Amino acid sequence: MARVEINIELCKGCGLCIEACPKGCLKISSGFNRMGEHPAEWGSDEMCTGCGLCAVVCPDCAISIYK
Amino acid sequence: MEIIYERPESLKDVRTHYCAGCGHGVVHRILAEIVDELGIREKTVVIAPVGCAVLAYDYFNFDVCEAPHGRTPAVATGMKRVRPSNVIISYQGDGDLAAIGMAEIIHAANRGERITVVFVNNGLYGMTGGQMAPTTLIGQRTATTPMGRDFRECGQPIKVCELLSQFEGVVYAARCAITGPGNIIKGKKMLKKALSIQLADLGFSIVEFLSACPTHWKLTPREAVQYIEEKMVPCFPTGVIKDTIK
Ligand SMILES: Cc1ncc(C[n+]2csc(CCOP(=O)(O)OP(=O)(O)O)c2C)c(N)n1
Ligand code: SF4
Ligand code: SF4
Repeated sequence: MARVEINIELCKGCGLCIEACPKGCLKISSGFNRMGEHPAEWGSDEMCTGCGLCAVVCPDCAISIYK
Repeated sequence: MEIIYERPESLKDVRTHYCAGCGHGVVHRILAEIVDELGIREKTVVIAPVGCAVLAYDYFNFDVCEAPHGRTPAVATGMKRVRPSNVIISYQGDGDLAAIGMAEIIHAANRGERITVVFVNNGLYGMTGGQMAPTTLIGQRTATTPMGRDFRECGQPIKVCELLSQFEGVVYAARCAITGPGNIIKGKKMLKKALSIQLADLGFSIVEFLSACPTHWKLTPREAVQYIEEKMVPCFPTGVIKDTIK
């Protein structure tokens, strides 16, 4: 099992990680960051394999992965 | 739990000014990862262009110099000749490289300068409001081609890697698409090879990244990635275009 951390102040909510994740672990948050954007949110350590594909597509390098 | 992916040391821990889904961010990240992997952070110098990447010195955690208006290959030439042991990277957009600075890039390539060019092709001038660039697709609507680019009026999209490949001094030219993870990983391999060629002092290397500008394409980040795959790749084929060091 793996864990993904998203730095919500770097994330701009582009949603590309959601597209990339083969396990459907990511979604857009209903909350805001300081810039008023809805950042991505990770919510399922049961599904997440730590494959890292979300981090590969992230244009803002907002994702860290733990395994 | 152990950390298996984190921000590369070569990228400062700051938020960029790029729009959501902009390809510049991905190109910055893979360049920073490669610089870390090759252990060359202390000797790397990026020359940043005019365009949206003009503020790259705020983001890279190594030396960055700014040379506006397509003159980065000229500044890179000077730096590499004076400090040959440094790794010199000319980072350019398509307006900067293929319009404003076409003369500089052609002559630097023809001289076979031992520099590496990171060429971010988003098919228009991003920073100034989405005007046509030499790489704009036929039929593509931009601020200056509101009816779509017309060949008889504006010529064909210029294929920079193919153009530069004719020079003997160019030893590596490759193009990739910043779309899904697979293509991004391929692009990273290309850029790593280009930098290894510079480290071995073998000649001029260039990697072109087909890169999203969701803002001026007036698309969502997701649609912009599809646009690259469906519209840009047929015009700008991806893959290694020239490699004399196989
Ligand atoms: C003398 C002069 N001419 C033109 C400009 C406007 N200018 C700023 S950035 C730019 C080109 C940016 O386009 P590109 O290289 O495609 O980079 P992008 O912003 O798309 O990454 C131009 C023409 C300027 N600042 N000064
Ligand atoms: S590491 Fe892989 S499985 Fe986990 S959230 Fe990222 S893309 Fe999904
Ligand atoms: S205008 Fe286009 S190229 Fe510039 S930061 Fe925004 S998306 Fe990127």
